[in-house]
Amino acid sequence: MNAPAIELREVHKNFGSTRIIQGVSLSIAQGERHAIIGPNGAGKSTLYNLISGRFPVTSGTIHLNGEDITGLAPFEINRKGLSRSFQVTNIFHAMSVYENIRCGVLWSMGYRYSFWHRVNGLREVHRRTEEIMEKIALERRRNVLAGVLTYAEQRALEIGVTIAGGASAILLDEPTAGMSRSETARAVELVRSITEGRTLIMVEHDMGVVFDLADRISVLVYGEIIATGAPAEIRANPAVQEAYLGALPKQETGDA
Amino acid sequence: MSTLRYTPINLGRWILWSATALVFIVAPLIFIDSFALTMLTQMGAFIIFALSYNMLLGQGGMLSFGHAVYSGLGAYMTVHVLNLAGKGVIPFPVPLLPLVGGIAGVAFGVLFGYVTTRRAGTTFAMISLGIGEMVFACVLMFPGFFGGEAGISTNRVVGEPFLGLSFGPAIQVYYLVAFWCFVCIAAMFALTQTPLGRMANAVRDNPERAEFVGYNTQHVRFLQLVLASFFAGVSGGLSCINFEIVSAENVSAIRSGGVLLATFIGGIPFFFGPIVGSVVFIFFVVALSGFTKAWLLYLGLFFLVMVLYAPGGLASLLLMQIYLIRARRLGSMAVPYLLAGSAALLALAGLIGIVEMVYRLSEQGASTLLSVPGWSFDAKNALPWVVFGLALGGGLVALRYTTRLVGERWGAIQAELQARPS
Repeated sequence: MNAPAIELREVHKNFGSTRIIQGVSLSIAQGERHAIIGPNGAGKSTLYNLISGRFPVTSGTIHLNGEDITGLAPFEINRKGLSRSFQVTNIFHAMSVYENIRCGVLWSMGYRYSFWHRVNGLREVHRRTEEIMEKIALERRRNVLAGVLTYAEQRALEIGVTIAGGASAILLDEPTAGMSRSETARAVELVRSITEGRTLIMVEHDMGVVFDLADRISVLVYGEIIATGAPAEIRANPAVQEAYLGALPKQETGDA
Repeated sequence: MSTLRYTPINLGRWILWSATALVFIVAPLIFIDSFALTMLTQMGAFIIFALSYNMLLGQGGMLSFGHAVYSGLGAYMTVHVLNLAGKGVIPFPVPLLPLVGGIAGVAFGVLFGYVTTRRAGTTFAMISLGIGEMVFACVLMFPGFFGGEAGISTNRVVGEPFLGLSFGPAIQVYYLVAFWCFVCIAAMFALTQTPLGRMANAVRDNPERAEFVGYNTQHVRFLQLVLASFFAGVSGGLSCINFEIVSAENVSAIRSGGVLLATFIGGIPFFFGPIVGSVVFIFFVVALSGFTKAWLLYLGLFFLVMVLYAPGGLASLLLMQIYLIRARRLGSMAVPYLLAGSAALLALAGLIGIVEMVYRLSEQGASTLLSVPGWSFDAKNALPWVVFGLALGGGLVALRYTTRLVGERWGAIQAELQARPS
C-alpha cells in the first residue's frame, strides 16, 4: 500500500471559542513509529481524540490508509483498523484479564453481535486471547479482575486490549506514564514488540522512551506542529529546544 | 480441547440443571393444596419476567421503568390469538401460545427499543418510563382492542384434549408454565455466554471502551433489549393462559415497578438472583396479601432494607453462606447469626405489632381487638403500644451491635482465608 497509514490535512478543533488544534497536517507512513511530543496542554490528547473519532473535527480531514474517516464514529474507525489506548487507564474493571482481552478480540474475529455462538467454545478466539495475554505477560493473572491489578499491569492490559483486534494502526497515549524506571523499560520493549509491522503513533512525555522508539517525531505546541523529523533533526532544531527549554536529552558521544 | 478449561465444570452444571428441573417437577407434589399451586404457577411466569428484566438491568446496565410494556402487550396478543382459536377461526395449540407473546414482545421491542436504547443511563430510564405511560394510556384509549379497564377475558380450554391435556385443570397449567420457565431459564443463561451477552456486560461497565474495540454500544443495548422483550412476552403469554384475563394492569407502571423490586431483592449481579427474587416477591403479593392489608408496606420496607444493606440481593447473602460452608466456617458464624437473628425477630415483631395496630385504627369500622398467641389486646389501649414500641426500639438497638459482630466475624474469616495459600 502506498497511501500513508494516517494522514491529517489542515485539522482544526475548537471548543467554543478556544482553538485547541490549529491546522495540523501530518502524514505517517505505513509501518512508521511516530511520536508526538509537546508541553502540557499543547493538544496532544485532543489530537488523539480527533483521530480516533472520540471528538468530531471542526474542519479538515483525516485519512486512514487512504480512506477518509473524518466524522466516523469510534467503532467504525476501529473496524477500519485503527485502535487506541488511553492516558487514564480505560479497561473493563469488573472483568477478568482474560475477558478484557477477549472483548477486544471478538469483533475482529467476526463474531460481532452474535447471540448464537457459545463464547467459551470459540477456539480461535481463545487462541488469540492467549496469544495477546502472553505478549503482555499477564497470562498468569488471567482470572484476576482488571480492577485489582497493579498499575503497571493495568497499563499493560490497556495495551493488550488495544492491540487485541489486530489493528494496523495503533495510537498509544502515554504508555509509560507513572511507571518506575524498570517498568518503563519493560513497557518500551512491549511497545516495540507489539508494533512490529504496524503503524504506531505515540504520545509520550518520557523523552528517553521517545528517542528510543520513534522513527520520526512531531512537536506539537499550542495546537500547531512546529517541527517533524527524525530524532536527530528534532534534537538539533532550535525552535524545539526553545519550546522545551533544553529538556531534551543530550546526544551521547559516538552514538548517532 | 485440553487448553479449554470447562470440562470439570460441566458435571456440576449438569447436576445444577437437573436439580432445577427436578424442583419444577416435584414442587406441586410437595405443596399440594390449590392455593400453593396457584402461587407456584405465578412464580414460574414471574421468574421468566424477572430474568428478562435482569437482561437489561443486571447484564446490560439499563434501568427500565417500563418493562411491563413488553410482557403486557405480549399478553394482549396472546389473548386475541387464544380467543380466535376458541372461536375456531385459526387453529392454534395452547402450549405454543407463549410464542405468540414472545413474538409480540420482539416486535414491540424493536419498535420501542429503537427509541429507548439510543441513550444509556438516566436518559434510558426516563424514556422507558415515558413509553410505559404512553402504552398504558393507549391501552385505555382503544377499548376495542384492549378491552378498556375491564380488559379482555378468555377461555384457555380450546378444542379437543390433546394427549389427554386440555389445560383446564390448574395442575396442567402449572406444568405448562414450568416447562416454559425451565426452557427460558436455560435460554437466558445460554445468552449470557454468547459474544453479545459478554459485550452487554462490557457496555454496562465501560461503554466508551466498548466503542473503541469496535462495538456500537447503541446496537448492543438494542439487541439485548429485543431479546429481553421476547422473554417478557413469553411471560405475558403464560400469565394470559394462567389468569384467562388481560387488562390494563398488565402494562401498568405498577407491574414495571414490581419486576424491578423483585429483581433487585433477588440480586442483580447474579444470574439466578431474579429467580430467588421472584419466589419471594410472589410470596409477598399472593400469600402475605391474604394475611394483612399492610403487605405492600412490608414489601417496600423489605426492598429498602435490601437496597441499603444488601445491594447484591438475597443471592449475595446466599452465596456468602455457600462460601462459608465450603470453607467449613459456617459454625463459627453460628453465634453472631443467632444473636443478630434474635434481634431482627424482636424488631420485626415490634414493627408488625405497630403497623397492624395503625392499620386497624385507620380503617373505618374495623375491630381494634387484636391477638397474638397467648395475648389479646385492644389497639386503643396504651399497653400494646408500649410493648411493641419497646420491642422495636430494643430490637433495633440490639441489631446495631449484633450486625457489627456478624460483620467483624465475616471480615476476620475472609482475611484468614485469603491469607491462606490456595
